[in-house]
Amino acid sequence: MSEGTTKQFLYVNRKAPHGTVYALESLEVVLIGAAFEQDVRLAFLDDGVFQLMKGQDTTGIGTKNFAPTYKALGDYDVNKIYVEKESLDERGLTEDDLMPLTYEDEDDDWAEKSSIKIVSRAEMADLIDSSDVMFNF
Amino acid sequence: MKFAIQINEGPYTHEASDSAYMFTKAVIEGGHEVTRVFFYHDGVNNGTRLTTPPQDDRHVVNRWAELAKENDLDLVLCVAAAQRRGIADADESKRNGKDADNIQEGFRISGLGQLIEAGIQADRLVVFGD
Repeated sequence: MSEGTTKQFLYVNRKAPHGTVYALESLEVVLIGAAFEQDVRLAFLDDGVFQLMKGQDTTGIGTKNFAPTYKALGDYDVNKIYVEKESLDERGLTEDDLMPLTYEDEDDDWAEKSSIKIVSRAEMADLIDSSDVMFNF
Repeated sequence: MKFAIQINEGPYTHEASDSAYMFTKAVIEGGHEVTRVFFYHDGVNNGTRLTTPPQDDRHVVNRWAELAKENDLDLVLCVAAAQRRGIADADESKRNGKDADNIQEGFRISGLGQLIEAGIQADRLVVFGD
């Protein structure tokens, strides 16, 4: 691997957490990718916003509930999580419906801060535009 | 220019692998380089040698293997995705106590780090699939 190359990685999550495997296998890429010390950002839009819903329970469908893993992202230095406002609105959701995702800011005496930022569709377009490598799941 | 290719869907159900194949061919014919083709999600099903399509249809798996042989392509199946879907090479088969392997020659199984690395090294990562 080329030493010292840092790129803007953007993981775009557009699908519901269950029904297909994309959300789970996207999260697996994010966790592995965290070891590569790149500038990582996660975007949640369309049905992808459901991935961050509070109180997920998969006992009824017999699939693995991987929602708690999102809470560990802060420990992997993955703390730039963008959620599209229009996608929330269209689904009758607000930020309060999402799991609190936090990280400890080493530049601010390890203060606990929210990793989630609600952005507009236009801002999301800018995020995508400014990325070097985009994974779309 | 250096291209890395990611394929997220299996053969025949989706056209993703066909499109990726044609794109990869065009990239090479255009004088560019394809540094890696990474198969993820159901895309790992593009790498089983047991695939047997009707004779009057294209052979998606063999076609990839031939293109790889002619151009020294690096075809990588994600290990975690492959394990979930029953795609194994001899090592993986043994490690997991299975009685067979099914990987097509020309493909190899490796980790997701190979996908991240491909994204870092290539000028463009092009993703095929839903």
